[in-house]
Amino acid sequence: MKKEIKLMKGNEAIAEAAVRAGCDGYFGYPITPQTEVIETLMELRPWETTGMVVVQSESETASINMVYGAAACGHKAMTTSSSPGISLMGEGLSYIAGAELPCVVVNVQRGGPGLGTIQPSQADYFQATKAGGHGDFNMLVLAPNSVQEMYDFVGLGFELAFKYLNPVMILSDGVIGQMMEKVVVGDAVPRLTDEEIVEKYGDWALTGKKNRKRNVVTSLELEPLRQEKVNHKLQAKYQRMREEEVRYETIQCEDADYVMVAYGASARMSAKVVEMAREDGYKVGLLRPITLFPFPTEVLREMRDRVKGFLSVEMSAGQMKEDIQLAVGCDAVVENYGRYGGVVHTPGEIYEGLKEKLISKFE
Amino acid sequence: MAEVEKIKENLVYAKNRLLTNEVMHYCPGCSHGTIHKLIAEVIDEMGMEDKAVGISPVGCGVLAYNYIDCDWAESAHGRACAVATGIKRMAPDKMVFTYQGDGDLAAIGTGETIHACNRGENITIIYINNAIYGMTGGQMSPTTLVGQRTATTPQGRDVNLHGYPFKISEMAAMLDGTCYVTRQAVNSPANVRKAKKALRKAFEKPMKGQGLALIEFVSTCNSGWKMSPVAANQWMEENMFPEYPLGDLKERE
Repeated sequence: MKKEIKLMKGNEAIAEAAVRAGCDGYFGYPITPQTEVIETLMELRPWETTGMVVVQSESETASINMVYGAAACGHKAMTTSSSPGISLMGEGLSYIAGAELPCVVVNVQRGGPGLGTIQPSQADYFQATKAGGHGDFNMLVLAPNSVQEMYDFVGLGFELAFKYLNPVMILSDGVIGQMMEKVVVGDAVPRLTDEEIVEKYGDWALTGKKNRKRNVVTSLELEPLRQEKVNHKLQAKYQRMREEEVRYETIQCEDADYVMVAYGASARMSAKVVEMAREDGYKVGLLRPITLFPFPTEVLREMRDRVKGFLSVEMSAGQMKEDIQLAVGCDAVVENYGRYGGVVHTPGEIYEGLKEKLISKFE
Repeated sequence: MAEVEKIKENLVYAKNRLLTNEVMHYCPGCSHGTIHKLIAEVIDEMGMEDKAVGISPVGCGVLAYNYIDCDWAESAHGRACAVATGIKRMAPDKMVFTYQGDGDLAAIGTGETIHACNRGENITIIYINNAIYGMTGGQMSPTTLVGQRTATTPQGRDVNLHGYPFKISEMAAMLDGTCYVTRQAVNSPANVRKAKKALRKAFEKPMKGQGLALIEFVSTCNSGWKMSPVAANQWMEENMFPEYPLGDLKERE
């Protein structure tokens, strides 16, 4: 069969993918630089084709709680936002994780803190991987570096969200959200009926208590010993993610003296830096984490004895750097390079940073 | 005649079958128990137990899902109407209702409440207004009366410091998305009967696609008010009813 190829913005790809992935409900609030997602959905009018519901809510707080309700029905629910909006969703994300509900949340990151700027950033790494809200919980975090991956990770996100009954975050940035690329569009997946949901995912969802005991979706357990058990169960799930869901890509790491670690837009630019450095005779490689939680800790650990040093490249003051350092140990050389606060570094700047912060230490 | 049959023969009243056998955590004398009973009876009489989905709040009603036998979601504080929106939009055939107190609905959840009303979501809001935060131990809520003593207004609610009692039902009635807004109480047998009729209407109208229905119950919190149940009922009649008059505020097809 001939593949369907479309030219799309990253944000448009998210919208297109949601409809094609059989998403049942999208709930969102406008915020730059991701507003094209809801605009595209309103143009596509999926309620007339697949029956997918699209709601413009009054706030990101409402969006994430609408997602909570839709997910509690066993349906594929999602929302998208950018950094300040994601902060507002912290409460809801914690409840969703606590109640073990599946959903996909997209963060097209912009510069902060505070209102910051509408320009691209990668400064929400800590928030996405460690502190999405209160309590001990983790989201599974996917980091697309192309419009194709923006598209692909919506379907993958739902698959993982339902596999683990856990929120999945697609951590993107303003560069990937706004840039246009061609996308190979996948086949449409039909939406599931209530009966199919029960058959596929079990009968925990709020489908009406016909022929069964009532279902309750809650994150409340007042008895501390029982709440501790709930936490043990959650931690076991996160451990299973660490063992089964690590995804990454390596570029010329086999013989590398220096390994850059970068995700999203920074990974695109760092791939170019590998080429520039190799031309100059430096053995440089790139590790691109595709999942940020779980983090590719093992692959970094394997590299540490044959690599002189690591450079974390991120549009932040150095957040992922801490996970790299944790993976390779505090005696290994881990440096950080990045422009931030809405400034996007160029491959040339990264290369200079690589030479100054890492290579110059050894050569 | 067997003992059970003897009992059945003389049976004039029974707990509705949709009220579970869980021991309620509500304080004796509080209005929650009576309102739960009415909800169970109305859902049962409508034959909607397989379609009903409740959303419990944060506050004393948080464990409502333990007492009424239908599907439930427990919501974050104040977000019940957003959760209800998500459920109803996914499953329009379900009879979706929130159960919220004045702190949950009229303080932290004002935004979610007003916008659900304004969008005309086909859901039912059951709003328990006892003018106090019961669960956290009796602090001032937006609906606390002027001069009313609470844990955070030990000298009485002062309008210069805290503003005025918040009449959110009157606000909801102004919005085009609501089809039915009514204020009821369960302080007397006559009012219980009236409230039950109103509750049934509040469940039925959204199911006909007419918009959002809000039923406010002016209620007692004898523990929070530091009164006996009888004195609390009397205090409610003398002080709450003049501020929050009972009756329908709005009805449209």
